[in-house]
Amino acid sequence: MPGKLKVKIVAGRHLPVMDRASDLTDAFVEVKFGNTTFKTDVYLKSLNPQWNSEWFKFEVDDEDLQDEPLQITVLDHDTYSANDAIGKVYIDIDPLLYSEAATVISGWFPIYDTIHGIRGEINVVVKVDLFNDLNRFRQSSCGVKFFCTTSIPKCYRAVIIHGFVEELVVNEDPEYQWIDRIRTPRASNEARQRLISLMSGELQRKIGLKVLEMRGNAVVGYLQCFDLEGESGLVVRAIGTACTLDKLSSPAAFLPACNSPSKEMKESPLVHPPSHGCRSTHNSPIHTATGSRLTQNFSVSVPTLIYTGMGSGSAGKEGGPFKALLRQQTQSALEQREFPFFTLTAFPPGFLVHVGGVVSARSVKLLDRIHNPDEPETRDAWWAEIRQEIKSHAKALGCHAVVGYSESTSICEEVCILSASGTAAVLNPRFLQDGTVEGCLEQRLEENLPTRCGFCHIPYDELNMPFPAHLTYCYNCRKQKVPDVLFTTIDLPTDATVIGKGCLIQARLCRLKKKAQAEANATAISNLLPFMEYEVHTQLMNKLKLKGMNALFGLRIQITVGENMLMGLASATGVYLAALPTPGGIQIAGKTPNDGSYEQHISHMQKKINDTIAKNKELYEINPPEISEEIIGSPIPEPRQRSRLLRSQSESSDEVTELDLSHGKKDAFVLEIDDTDAMEDVHSLLTDVPPPSGFYSCNTEIMPGINNWTSEIQMFTSVRVIRLSSLNLTNQALNKNFNDLCENLLKSLYFKLRSMIPCCLCHVNFTVSLPEDELIQVTVTAVAITFDKNQALQTTKTPVEKSLQRASTDNEELLQFPLELCSDSLPSHPFPPAKAVTVEKASPVGDGNFRNRSAPPCANSTVGVVKMTPLSFIPGAKITKYLGIINMFFIRETTSLREEGGVSGFLHAFIAEVFAMVRAHVAALGGNAVVSYIMKQCVFMENPNKNQAQCLINVSGDAVVFVRESDLEVVSSQQPTTNCQSSCTEGEVTT
Amino acid sequence: MTSELDIFVGNTTLIDEDVYRLWLDGYSVTDAVALRVRSGILEQTGATAAVLQSDTMDHYRTFHMLERLLHLLHQLIFQIPPSRLTVYPFWMGLTQPSESPARPRQTPFPLFYGGYYAFDEAFVREVLGKKLSKGTKKDLDDISTKTGITLKSCRRQFDNFKRVFKVVEEMRGSLVDNIQQHFLLSDRLARDYAAIVFFANNRFETGKKKLQYLSFGDFAFCAELMIQNWTLGAVGEAPTDPDSQMDDMDMDLDKEFLQDLKELKVLVADKDLLDLHKSLVCTALRGKLGVFSEMEANFKNLSRGLVNVAAKLTHNKDVRDLFVDLVEKFVEPCRSDHWPLSDVRFFLNQYSASVHSLDGFRHQALWDRYMGTLRGCLLRLYHD
Repeated sequence: MPGKLKVKIVAGRHLPVMDRASDLTDAFVEVKFGNTTFKTDVYLKSLNPQWNSEWFKFEVDDEDLQDEPLQITVLDHDTYSANDAIGKVYIDIDPLLYSEAATVISGWFPIYDTIHGIRGEINVVVKVDLFNDLNRFRQSSCGVKFFCTTSIPKCYRAVIIHGFVEELVVNEDPEYQWIDRIRTPRASNEARQRLISLMSGELQRKIGLKVLEMRGNAVVGYLQCFDLEGESGLVVRAIGTACTLDKLSSPAAFLPACNSPSKEMKESPLVHPPSHGCRSTHNSPIHTATGSRLTQNFSVSVPTLIYTGMGSGSAGKEGGPFKALLRQQTQSALEQREFPFFTLTAFPPGFLVHVGGVVSARSVKLLDRIHNPDEPETRDAWWAEIRQEIKSHAKALGCHAVVGYSESTSICEEVCILSASGTAAVLNPRFLQDGTVEGCLEQRLEENLPTRCGFCHIPYDELNMPFPAHLTYCYNCRKQKVPDVLFTTIDLPTDATVIGKGCLIQARLCRLKKKAQAEANATAISNLLPFMEYEVHTQLMNKLKLKGMNALFGLRIQITVGENMLMGLASATGVYLAALPTPGGIQIAGKTPNDGSYEQHISHMQKKINDTIAKNKELYEINPPEISEEIIGSPIPEPRQRSRLLRSQSESSDEVTELDLSHGKKDAFVLEIDDTDAMEDVHSLLTDVPPPSGFYSCNTEIMPGINNWTSEIQMFTSVRVIRLSSLNLTNQALNKNFNDLCENLLKSLYFKLRSMIPCCLCHVNFTVSLPEDELIQVTVTAVAITFDKNQALQTTKTPVEKSLQRASTDNEELLQFPLELCSDSLPSHPFPPAKAVTVEKASPVGDGNFRNRSAPPCANSTVGVVKMTPLSFIPGAKITKYLGIINMFFIRETTSLREEGGVSGFLHAFIAEVFAMVRAHVAALGGNAVVSYIMKQCVFMENPNKNQAQCLINVSGDAVVFVRESDLEVVSSQQPTTNCQSSCTEGEVTT
Repeated sequence: MTSELDIFVGNTTLIDEDVYRLWLDGYSVTDAVALRVRSGILEQTGATAAVLQSDTMDHYRTFHMLERLLHLLHQLIFQIPPSRLTVYPFWMGLTQPSESPARPRQTPFPLFYGGYYAFDEAFVREVLGKKLSKGTKKDLDDISTKTGITLKSCRRQFDNFKRVFKVVEEMRGSLVDNIQQHFLLSDRLARDYAAIVFFANNRFETGKKKLQYLSFGDFAFCAELMIQNWTLGAVGEAPTDPDSQMDDMDMDLDKEFLQDLKELKVLVADKDLLDLHKSLVCTALRGKLGVFSEMEANFKNLSRGLVNVAAKLTHNKDVRDLFVDLVEKFVEPCRSDHWPLSDVRFFLNQYSASVHSLDGFRHQALWDRYMGTLRGCLLRLYHD
């Protein structure tokens, strides 16, 4: 019995009127955890009841603490008939289970009903007492920290980055159970919400166990997804990167003796070698055998492309021996791992040595319900297959690791496309294992690899290249080879030298597909996939050239399957890397050179393209220093000067060599116009309008070339659904519709946010789904950040120095800050800080009993607004504490769609409610912001004829406490005051 | 290709002031888009008409949702930056009354005249002093036609009056303070609402033709004076006996005071007193008044008028006709003799002051309470 959960129901407010006669409500509350339920008294005739209940105590296993959500139901007492439910609150108590996070959950939670939405608020206080029963740590994984952030969280230091952790759990979807025919929609929705909450808890606990097994103490880049497989079930799966983190702002700063973090970690209970029994079964209501209820009777693996630079070339052997040595080192560090994958997209300095290029794999599977629950774990096998493929792709690129790794699915009826992608890379072994490797090699590493351009250098062997690539000597160091174009899924490394600004680049593509069933359908899809990948790649490359840039970061390609079409949407941030060669232009070649008017047309198009490139270079301030050929040094033999992209794949073999391209630049791209399709492609290249002046956009965390963010941020979600009109659609019409949809959406965003100019849309995340035959849904979440225009101009000069400088000051300030915070919180905790520190150091468990030590966070913010951002940081502010992950799943349903303002009104209200609930939970944890916020799913279904609609939303992020940089000085100098707003029980969600 | 669904939800709710204005004025989406196009916004921003349409729809939907939440406005679902809150009292609007002690009182913002609770002069002039019941609501159509204010906007304004009335009706203490605290309105706006509520409560007639020349500002001015001097709250004593708790301190006139006003009748009923009063006033004003002879000729009529108004105030019906009577009995006679305003002021000052020299008159304090307010009102009402 290692834990005691204590819950107190304080009060309610703004409850709905449940009794029409009196216009009042007789409310009481049921508090349920596991199978135990407590009830408060009925508070008669009030919309603002004051229950002030006793402490309800649940004595539970910590395993249950991790799996189960606390379930609070508010009801209206009715003497004669059944009590009416007003709504529910689910509280994830996981943040209370590890020491550095929240100590108490206390605040006003919106009372949510899946049919009516938010119906008032309830004030709840939740606490957990964990007992120091060390043996019990094996069944649960309490104490492992989870972060959605895909970089090392701001107030931590990575001691070791262990690597990939994954897990999935499966269950039947309550929506498809037989009982759903007889129960109310509300009961069904609630069963679903509760099940997913349970499954998430279980999944997280299992991942935690794996982390403990690897001797880590945290999961970074934790990404959890739901696959709603309909009839065949519900899959909850998660991936992440196991790490051993050391808190920078930990009281270690007081004690010089604690400077060795690895030693400290060994003393911590969390890394006690877990003995056997990790996989012990338990009484979870969920079948623990993953994938047991699902099967596969059909599977197609799709040949995938390896994206990297295009072109060809071969050259010398410089760096050979060293590279070999490095490889050996890294290999030894990675070879024990099944999958050397990392979900991180940003890394500690020096971690990333080389980047090979994007690797991706897709596979089409048929879902089928299984009648035998003891069936082998097919889902695991599917993903293992794909991961194996990714691994071999990475190997082909001479890389031993994959970074910026992510997985996704697209499901339509019984067909499922599994996708995985990442960036093949060579990593510095220093972070991958215990401090033992540190030594001469590491020093050599740092001497030899100038970090500014090192990551661009090719990791593969020039003589034995996995694909044709055009290599040149690095434009920065002139020693190593670099490709002419680099595609990656990661964020731009902070030390990379970039010229000018970046921009969002999207490739959009639709392909019609015949409606088909089962195997035939899956075959049709898998036949289409390679062409789609190819075309998406071509579009990206063309658009990149058109922008005058040479590298893509944050590349995310989403392929969505529908009944009668496939959609491809690739988003990335284009930049000009100083280390890579200047991109050539785009050449247009006609097919019938004799026709005079046609020639004229071609040359006209050519001129337009050249103009656009020139304009873009100006717009994005791309003025690379001119470098004469001689400086570049030894000529690299070039067997082929150009690569060529052909529109139609069938003609690709015979015409390659005959084109006259003598008038072009040496490594120009050629677009051949051989039919109207190609013509349209060229046109569509030119129709992408740049954002209005004052706006920039990117899908990475930060925009290269802009450093001086102001604190004004606005996170938003925008959803659009269009209905395709005609029945006899062509690919071209479809493409145009889709393109217009995305472009118009962007235009609307620019217009809406015009008051924030100059500003940048960061982390723009597009998601496409095909909810029905003729519907296309696009969901965008991003954050708009205002920046100071004047300073922006100066900083472009020395981005490297700036970023380096910033990185170093970052660390210093982080170390200084907790001192200030401590002094501020002095009056509210019983021990003087020095004593508290000693106590914690001596304690075998930095958990549980000494929880009281940490004073509630003193946000001291004048505005009680909870910020939300998809970024891992808040501009102009320091994150001082991570309070735990927020992972919430909501269902909303209506049977009065028209009355709620139609589909737009319904979804608008629901998303606003989801935001409100996220904010309330963060505020209750004592936080004032959510970082790395992501809306992972937004499944919207409507039936206007029946006046019905349903929507499922899944969001996650990290709850944090931040302090404005401008407030920092005030906090430290001010006399400690008692205005700990965010921590008091009556803390406002938003004031 | 048709757009089925099109929404934008921010973590903080963005409010476009121009669109907000159009919405408050009750324009339909189509009209609002047309007006925005005419404002040249497309040229300024390079946006397309489709973008503008989508943006306008989105704002309207937001406003509509916010309006629905107005009644339990906890700032829960929509985070609105405080800088905007200062502009839009509406977003904070109602906070919960004292029933919810768990919720800390929010600090009132210096709010801007022009948000949801703002109203049109033309509209308020039409409903001022009328009962804020459903019956009147049917007349909104006529008011809309007459004033050119959209019906939607009329509804909103009327509902605002009613909402404020309902909330403060039950409350004790300063009317203006109550309104300000519970609706977080600006001082100016709270005073205006106090006047509206006061007029509605006492059902003062303001719609008669002869009162048409008066503006809302004139009435609001009078209301403020009356609230300050003629109500229970004005006396400054909290009623001690439980029965009187039913009286709203600032909304209802002090019944005892009205009753006492009958005593003033002696000023005109007693002929000696009336003559003495007249001679005192005339002596003091001789040579100082441009319209002296007219004043002298009319003194008894004017004095009778003013005192009779006071004596009649015990009847509700006569309270309602207060402004009609004042205009009929005082403003109109003076105006027909072309008294300049300065002469009216001289006269009223002297008329009030001279009573103190009437030895036989014992109700000096009562007279001052009555005449002090009335003098202010009459001076405000005396214009073309």
